[in-house]
Amino acid sequence: MTYIAKPKLHHPTLACNAIGFTRRDYEGKISTLCAGCGHDSISAAIIQACWELDIEPHRVAKLSGIGCSSKTPDYFLGQSHGFNTVHGRMPSVLTGANLANRELIYLGVSGDGDSASIGIGQFVHAIRRGVNMVYIVENNGVYGLTKGQFSATADLGSKSKKGVVNTDSPLDLVGLALQLGASFVARGFSGDKKQLVPLIKAAIKHRGPAVLDVISPCVAFNNHPGSTKSYDYVREHNEAANRLDFIDVRDEIVVDYAAGELIDITQHDGSVLRLRKLHANHDPHDRVAALAYVHERQAKGEVVTGLLYVDAEAEDLHRHLNTVPTPFHRLGAKELSPGAATLAKINAALR
Amino acid sequence: MKPITATNDFVIKFANVNGSGSASANELFAKAILRMGVPVSPRNIFPSNIQGLPTWYEVRVNERGWLGRRGGVDMMVAMNPQTWDADVKELAPGGYLFYDSTKPLPPSKFRDDIVVIGMPLTAICNRTYADARQRQLFKNIMYVGALSVLLGIDDAEIRKLFGEQYKGKEKLLDSNVKALELGRDYAREHLAHPIGLQVRRADAVGERIFVDGNSAAALGCVYGGATVCAWYPITPSSSLAEAFQKYCMKYRVDAETGANKFAIVQAEDEIASIGIVVGAGWNGARAFTTTSGPGISLMNEFIGLAYFAEIPVTIIDVQRGGPSTGMPTRTQQSDVLACAYASHGDTKHVLLFPEDPHECFEFSALALDLADRLQTPIFVLSDLDIGMNQRLTAPFVWDDAREYDRGKVMTAAELEAGKEFARYKDVDGDGIPYRTYPGTHPSKGAYFTRGTSRDPYARYSERGPDYVYNMQRLLKKFATARTLVPAPVPRAARQKTRHGAIYYGSTSPAMDEAIAALEDDGLNLDTLRVRAFPFADSVAEFIAAHEAVFVVEQNRDGQLRTLLVNEFGIDPAKLVPILHYDGTPITARFIAEAIGAHLRAARVAPIGKDKVA
Ligand SMILES: Cc1ncc(C[n+]2csc(CCOP(=O)(O)OP(=O)(O)O)c2C)c(N)n1
Ligand code: SF4
Ligand SMILES: [Mg+2]
Repeated sequence: MTYIAKPKLHHPTLACNAIGFTRRDYEGKISTLCAGCGHDSISAAIIQACWELDIEPHRVAKLSGIGCSSKTPDYFLGQSHGFNTVHGRMPSVLTGANLANRELIYLGVSGDGDSASIGIGQFVHAIRRGVNMVYIVENNGVYGLTKGQFSATADLGSKSKKGVVNTDSPLDLVGLALQLGASFVARGFSGDKKQLVPLIKAAIKHRGPAVLDVISPCVAFNNHPGSTKSYDYVREHNEAANRLDFIDVRDEIVVDYAAGELIDITQHDGSVLRLRKLHANHDPHDRVAALAYVHERQAKGEVVTGLLYVDAEAEDLHRHLNTVPTPFHRLGAKELSPGAATLAKINAALR
Repeated sequence: MKPITATNDFVIKFANVNGSGSASANELFAKAILRMGVPVSPRNIFPSNIQGLPTWYEVRVNERGWLGRRGGVDMMVAMNPQTWDADVKELAPGGYLFYDSTKPLPPSKFRDDIVVIGMPLTAICNRTYADARQRQLFKNIMYVGALSVLLGIDDAEIRKLFGEQYKGKEKLLDSNVKALELGRDYAREHLAHPIGLQVRRADAVGERIFVDGNSAAALGCVYGGATVCAWYPITPSSSLAEAFQKYCMKYRVDAETGANKFAIVQAEDEIASIGIVVGAGWNGARAFTTTSGPGISLMNEFIGLAYFAEIPVTIIDVQRGGPSTGMPTRTQQSDVLACAYASHGDTKHVLLFPEDPHECFEFSALALDLADRLQTPIFVLSDLDIGMNQRLTAPFVWDDAREYDRGKVMTAAELEAGKEFARYKDVDGDGIPYRTYPGTHPSKGAYFTRGTSRDPYARYSERGPDYVYNMQRLLKKFATARTLVPAPVPRAARQKTRHGAIYYGSTSPAMDEAIAALEDDGLNLDTLRVRAFPFADSVAEFIAAHEAVFVVEQNRDGQLRTLLVNEFGIDPAKLVPILHYDGTPITARFIAEAIGAHLRAARVAPIGKDKVA
């Protein structure tokens, strides 16, 4: 891994978005990841998506676990509060943060080791609970930061750089997320920004747990031929389920797609996801069909990408818990303490 | 055989089968005595792994107000055939055995040095009630009725308690009163009464309330402004989270919108519980978790993160016997070291030691303030003895003028005005830096929180000096904590003495009584009740002022003593450990005997460095 400072991510324009920010305003510290690491491309896509959505950077809270992937929140949205927590436990910290203040956008960034190995339990339960978040797994099938050991998404039979062969079956985070009830499930590829940026935008606009499994090749430890998480493999076997265009509430809906089946999905806030289907048999409203489809393609060695499932009307944990909309830090003793008179009554009842 | 005679000073123990409805009947019994102005201290004993799930409820009746466990049993209410033999054996000679005589038992099942009082409870119930549930429930009320006749408990107090409990439920009220009368009638007609044990009206209860520590702590969290609670069930802490839920539903629902001013998550494990609390604390909520020893073990990595990243966290540890599952339903003070130095790396944490439910309330609310003020984990170390037993305690107090201390939080206005924000810089000389809540300001005050080292501006740094600056600042902050935590409570002996004793937490009532007993014996001891860690300087002064100091604890290894030795660099020979750790609450008898033996020996030969311990 190199720590040589690299120039800021390259931007073709310094155009301002609707709230007057340039893309540069969404950048963070200079990345310390290896040149060519897929994770940096995902950071760039996050920057692009937030810029395009006109999000005020400080309204985002970015949380991560531990790993190369989990370091990345330092490299985007420098005006957002970030929290690099402990290995595999970002989901619980994000859950707590979200409970404390529902006014912010919660962006969780994790790796396959972080989420599928040590943190699989928290991955599962945060989704089950319906935490309103964007959960991005930067999936390279390997532990990058600790230098190339297998993660739980490593291919069966794959060989590590040190020559060890993996005999454990891989976990499929997309399949898992579908089973667990995530209301937004998508897979992207770090090398396909055109697909990834709309997916991230749609995930941000979604209410409920939005899981984005992004194949993100590790050039240092897992970019060899045969790895299903290498650049070449994904480019050759990418089976896009659909092409997504994200249309924000205030945008006029204009069709600029080539003919083909189109589906519009209106999210709870009015924003529209416009899907151009590449595969006629994929219905993004059908959880069971999505699962079957992913498995069917996987068996053929294909990596399905795109928006696999969305429930635009999903509820989230705050709804389940019926919490007040006010961020908790704004509630003081006046709002929270039942008062001395009530305490006198409580005392009386305990005599 | 001489039957025991005692008025307002005896121990009665109920042996029951779990889930038989005995708990509420036994509580009724205890409360009726309280209402007569006579202090009681009941204790639940509930082993977790014996078939048939027996439970015991031991009530000490004591007009002098000693609330610690006394030891010994003067009267046994033996309602569980499975534990019969052990229960009969436990009774003191001259004690009273009250039992259900429906089924005749062979003489070998009894002792001839006790008074046996049989009442055909099952037969009376079967005769009176058709419904199986009623038969069971009213059997309990019936024995309370009989006991009231035998012990001289005013039945008007019991009726009053029924009236309060079944307000507006006339049918339930009537049937309970009827069962009570049935029991009283039978006792009056068939049983020799009064017996040697008697309750006599007194005026020794006063303003005090009767409540368990877990409910008190939960209420403290409600008053103290906790909005997020994440927990994972574990005895003996579960009832705390459940009580918090109950109180929140009652006192924290917005009257207009019906929305909740709280969020409670039963997490998938203790790692997630503390993770949720860390996330909520980071984001400005007052958050707490409650657990017991095994949960503390699981939380360790996060505790280190919260310490180093400086996140307010409140952890209420209701201690039980460890290690591992140890004695899950028994009491101990054995998590002191595990909490004081929890996690990897150099860490030290603030601990609060409540002595009773009153302090459980007070310290829980205080912990939330201290967590925000000090931006660090605060532990409230309760235990099963205070947590799960109702205890007579001073009433809860709350001042409506009290505002929450949210600590050093830089606001958008301050940032806007150009105040410098450096997340990990000691600007006030107390080691406590400023923080900002996420989302405060569009271009100022954001920072990246991490468990890795960083410079005062929260920038990643592996430079030695940056690391050392930070670790030194954390020590300074710990020194500040010393000035904010509850001060130790000293008590001077009647006469000047060379001996002192230090104790803490649930040991208090037994200690009070032991001191009185030792004084009656002419043995004098200054005491100091430690209420928090880091220790105040007065703790070191107390030790320095005495030749030898006993450290009374409910664990095997003398954990607080270790902390004292370690933090003050005290000669260990000066601190004499008095340790009780069989899982039962420590008793005055135990303390008085153990300390008494040392003091008597010291009378013969003055305590010197090599003579104690
Ligand atoms: C409790 C704990 N155990 C182990 C580690 C060491 N560790 C750091 S990162 C990592 C694996 C990260 O893998 P992944 O999440 O896939 O991230 P990547 O580096 O591949 O992006 C491990 C095992 C740690 N930080 N904490
Ligand atoms: S994930 Fe791989 S390529 Fe990326 S920074 Fe880590 S080691 Fe380098
Ligand atoms: Mg990885």
